[in-house]
Amino acid sequence: MIRLSIPLRQALSRLSLPVLIALAFGTMLLGKADALLAERARMALTDAFAPIWAALQQPVATVREAVQEGESLLKLRAENARLREENERLRRWQAAALALEAENAVFQRQLHFVPEAAPAFQTVRVVADGGGIYARAVLLGIGPNHGVRKGQIALDERGLVGRVTEVGLRSARVLLATDMNSRIPVVLEGSRARAMMVGTNGARPRLQHWPEGSAPEEGERVVTSAEAGAFPAGLPVGIVRRSEGGAPEVELFARLDRLDVVRLFDYGLGGILPPEAVARPEPRPRR
Amino acid sequence: MRGRPAPAMGLLRQIDAVARAAFPTGLTALLMVLAAVPVGLPGLVPAVALPCIVFWSVFRPAALPPLAVFGLGLFGDLLSFAPVGSGVLTLLVVTGLVTRWRRFLVRQSFLAVWLAYCGVALGAAALEWLLQVVLGWRVVPVAPGLYQAMMSAGLYPGVAWVMSRIHEAMSRAESAP
Repeated sequence: MIRLSIPLRQALSRLSLPVLIALAFGTMLLGKADALLAERARMALTDAFAPIWAALQQPVATVREAVQEGESLLKLRAENARLREENERLRRWQAAALALEAENAVFQRQLHFVPEAAPAFQTVRVVADGGGIYARAVLLGIGPNHGVRKGQIALDERGLVGRVTEVGLRSARVLLATDMNSRIPVVLEGSRARAMMVGTNGARPRLQHWPEGSAPEEGERVVTSAEAGAFPAGLPVGIVRRSEGGAPEVELFARLDRLDVVRLFDYGLGGILPPEAVARPEPRPRR
Repeated sequence: MRGRPAPAMGLLRQIDAVARAAFPTGLTALLMVLAAVPVGLPGLVPAVALPCIVFWSVFRPAALPPLAVFGLGLFGDLLSFAPVGSGVLTLLVVTGLVTRWRRFLVRQSFLAVWLAYCGVALGAAALEWLLQVVLGWRVVPVAPGLYQAMMSAGLYPGVAWVMSRIHEAMSRAESAP
């Protein structure tokens, strides 16, 4: 340790806070000027912690399951009645779906329809919350030899979750559809009208920019649109609901507040990626 | 007449002293890592960092030098994907203010310190909001910041209770011959 005289040491300790505050401003400028450096630092840090979070995931999931179990035990009766009713309804829908499937097969045969290849996907675990107060994102724990790349689309078992925005060695970050920066081109299934689904950091993203005369209606299904080459058409997103103020919002199918596992689909789409990725497009890995 | 020089510190004692000095920073960093585990509450990482930093700067300022606060702020910014530097500045400003008021705060009751902490949390949320607006150059809603300040104020009693036990234990160990 370096020996310093007491007045000098006192002066240094008094100076350290202002100097560090100035350094904080410098960090801000650096983070603003070199976004790539900040991104690399972030992914290096999350890579380092991904194994720890993955290990913690097990006990956390166990506790959460126990709590859910307790809750479901409390309302078993009501739940049972609801499920019976839902089952009845789904049975009717199943009959309709089977009939439509058969009809669709006949039509496709008649039209010599070339079916699209089923997209490849991998299932990965959500290990950490990758957002702050002004961002909604999750971190995924992935193996070292993963095929995950930017722009892949994350779905849970019900619907759209978001897009992969950053990829490290052992972790990747998915920006959720509810994030303020998320803009997803969608189609309203009833009217086939296009619109933008804009995240607000709340639970329900808002709908904007629909064409005149085809305002979104309550209960209408919302699916993704292939506009701008960022998403494939027809992924299930949610249902239109009116907010208290009357603005149309989307109630997502995906349960973003309890994401455990997501499926990452590779559609090989490169539309609208973050700037540095556009300058140097990543090749789609060969399968 | 000169007294005898103090006996040289043994290795174990040195390790003990280093561990005690590094403990507040290490514990805060550990809590931040744990807070990133998804439990359905967004924004937990910065909300956890603030009570730890305020507590240690009031009751044991020597254990949390500004350099450590800088490191913790950067760590939090990187973990929570906030604009780099915004958390650093907020935490440093909070540390500066709290160390200035600490002579007054140390003598107050727990409730008074908690109330003061609520004010600090609100101020920190306001500063963070301002930085977010300036760095992103667009207006973001105020509600998440308020929500975070409330969450952080709610976390303070629990964190402070555990840490004051630890602080007492550390003081006892230090005063022991």
